This record gives sequence, structure tokens and C-alpha cells, in this order.
Amino acid sequence: MHDGPKEVNAMSEGHERSDPERTGALEELTRDPSSRKRFLKMMGGGVAASSAFAVVLAACGGDEDGGGGGGAGTQAGGAGTSTAEQTGSGDLKIVNYALTLEYLEADFYAEVVGSGLFMGAQLDLIKTIGEHEEAHVEALISTVEQLGGTPAEKPKTKFPLESAQSVLELAATVENLGAAAYLGQAGRIQSKEILAAALSIHTVEARHASALNTLTGKSATPDGAFAKPASMDEVLPKVKPFIVS
Amino acid sequence: MREKGNDMADSKLAVPQLAAVEINGMTRSSLLLRGALAAGAVYGAGAISPFVGKALAQSDGDVEVLNFALTLEFLEAEFYVKGQSLKLGSDAMALAQEFGGHEQEHVDALTSTIKDLGGTPAAKPTFKFPIKDEESFLDLAQTLEDTGVSAYNGAAPSIQSTDVLAAAGSIVQIEARHAAAIRLLTEQNPAPDAFDKALEMQAVLSAVKPLIKA
Repeated sequence: MHDGPKEVNAMSEGHERSDPERTGALEELTRDPSSRKRFLKMMGGGVAASSAFAVVLAACGGDEDGGGGGGAGTQAGGAGTSTAEQTGSGDLKIVNYALTLEYLEADFYAEVVGSGLFMGAQLDLIKTIGEHEEAHVEALISTVEQLGGTPAEKPKTKFPLESAQSVLELAATVENLGAAAYLGQAGRIQSKEILAAALSIHTVEARHASALNTLTGKSATPDGAFAKPASMDEVLPKVKPFIVS
Repeated sequence: MREKGNDMADSKLAVPQLAAVEINGMTRSSLLLRGALAAGAVYGAGAISPFVGKALAQSDGDVEVLNFALTLEFLEAEFYVKGQSLKLGSDAMALAQEFGGHEQEHVDALTSTIKDLGGTPAAKPTFKFPIKDEESFLDLAQTLEDTGVSAYNGAAPSIQSTDVLAAAGSIVQIEARHAAAIRLLTEQNPAPDAFDKALEMQAVLSAVKPLIKA
């Protein structure tokens, strides 16, 4: 992959504008062709701007997330609370939730690769997906740290690896759940940078799900034209059987 | 596996291979000033398009994003209709029919949402697709779906309404699933990168411009 032209001027212009949505990290996301570097830079540049975004969101009523689940989103605009702090804690919880799911996925593929059940093109695909999940883990850990939080602990996992077919089906289930989980959080994320990062992972999980569905004879798009989200309360019980401790 | 997806990163044009496509004598201004396409030209300048000026202040930006998305969905929907007129193998034909149906549902949903927000839906442009057989169909299908993913991912963070954001998220996941399925069919990596790229509206509009006749 080549390094494209870096539009430093555009970025510094962005910082001088009054419109906080056009500044810094998000601009860079669209310009830097190295996605990993892009992601990490994005998170690095994101925190300073996030409180400004939160203020804008609160002023616009953009923090109304329709209720349900945790309370951070609904409290964020409340009088007398620090919007930035509330934003940080809500996003932190979401990022750690994503991190836990990515830990699970990364572990799963590492075990599958080591299981000897696959070879050839299918093994290549599984390795590729596993590498993506590891990259997601690393990126999310960095994100938690940027937010000043403590990354969720890596869970100890156990997966039933019986046959190539059952493993592919489990992989498809996990990826469809992962895509739904990211979609379920999109409207709850306060920081634009973290939202952009989550979206860039969300569609990769969707790609994995689509490929694995196809390989197991299922529809690439089981929800039809509109993907269904899943809340934390829906997702966590489904992954619990794979967590030993 | 053949690797093509990363080409997108190598140019400010999202899809360099589209640069070679016939442009049909359209001038930049006549093209870009049409309907929602104007939204891409002002993205980032803090300007508000005149055609959504009467919408609620908070909704102005969202209407622009939705009209941008609508234009892309118009393009995809018609592309798959055109694809179905070609001689395709059964797998490719099944994709053209199923995915084409999804894109039309996206068109309908975006049109309703724009109206709900008090905006005016973008007019459907006239398109021209350089596809003649299964290979050129799948090639362009992949490009359009990958670009669609990056377009939604780039525009979504600027959406104000959580409802609109949820809708965009729900659609972009489908675009990603389409892209991966097409890539799998052509024996390419369904997920070429751990993080999908985000593209600004203007880059996307430049990329698809050759496919828009009027």
C-alpha cells in the first residue's frame, strides 16, 4: 500500500474553523491510505476534540438515544453535569464492550487456525479474518487508553471446535452477532471520532459475516435490505457460553 | 487471491478505474449542481444548500447527507436493473436481483426519510453504465459497493439525528455484505482491510461522476 499525499494544510485549516465537526482526526481518516495508522492517529487526535463535539451534540439534542440500556447517553445533556465526563464514560463502556467481543473473536480464530481443521483458501480466509480481529483488539485498547480508561480484561474462552462445517457456522454466528452489536451501539456513541472508528470496524464485521454466511450456504443478507441492530443485553448472553472466566 | 480493493486508497479519486469511463460531454458545473450533488460541493464549508433552506435548522445537514446517499442508491439500484438485462450466470443473476431489490428499498426509505425531515428528495439522475458481460458487471458492482461502504462511513459521523444515523448504519452494513459477497464470487478477499475506509462526499461524487449522464 502506498502513502498518499498528506493534506496537512487542509487539516490545519480545519483547526482554525469554528465548526468543530470538520477538524482534525476525522479529516485525516479520509485521507491517510494506511487504515491502521489512520485509525490510531484518529484516536490520538480525537480526545481533545471530543468534548467540543459533545457540547455540539448536547446543544442539538443529538444525545437523545431513545432510552434503554445504560444511562450515560440520556444524562449527557442534563443540567449541572459535565457533558464531557459523561460522554467519556459512556463511550468508554461501549469501547470496552467492543473490546471484549473482539477479544473473543480473535481468540476463536487463533484456536481455529491451530485446530488443523482447515486448509487452502478457507484457511487463508480464516487467517485474514483473525488478523482483522487482532487489529481491532489493538485499536480498541489504544482507544480506551486515549479515553483515560482501563481496557477490559481479556476473557478466558472456550469454543467447540468439532468439524470444519460446525466451526464455519459458529464463525458466521459470531460475525453476524458482532456486526449487529456494533450497529446497536452506533447511535449511542458520543464522540464523532469513536463513531467513525466503530463504523470502520462495523462494516468489516459485516463483510466477514457475509462471506461466512455464503460459505455455509446461508444468505449474505439474512435481514434483507436493512440490517438489524442488537443491544448489549441481547449480545452478552449469546457470547457468555464461550467465556470460561 | 487477486487484490484490487486497495486500489481505492491510491488516489483521491475513490475509484481510479472509473476515470477511464466515458463522460458523455457533461461539464463539471452542470453535473455537480444538480440536486443533491450540490451537497458534496459544499461539504465542509459550513454552507447550507439553498434547496434545503426551509428545513429545520438541525435537519439541514442530515438532509444533505441523505440526499447524497439517495443519489448513490439511485445509481446502485439502476445499475443492478441494467445488470439483470445482461447474460449472467446463475450466481451473478441471483445477486443482481437480490441486491438490486435491496438498493431499491434503500431508495424508498431514504426518499421517505428526507420528506419526513421536511427536505426535498434529490431528482434521480440519468446514468450510463459501461457493463456488457458478467465480468464487467461484477467488476463495477464490487467497485460501487465498496465505494458505497466508504461513502456511508465517511458521511455518517456528521449526521445529527440518532434515528437517521441508525438508518444509515443499517444500510451501510448491507452495502458491506453486498461488497463481500461479490468479492467472494470473484475469488477476491471479501474483507481487504481490518478497517473500512471512509471517504468524503466530494471524493465519492468525483468517483461516480463518469456514470452520471444527466
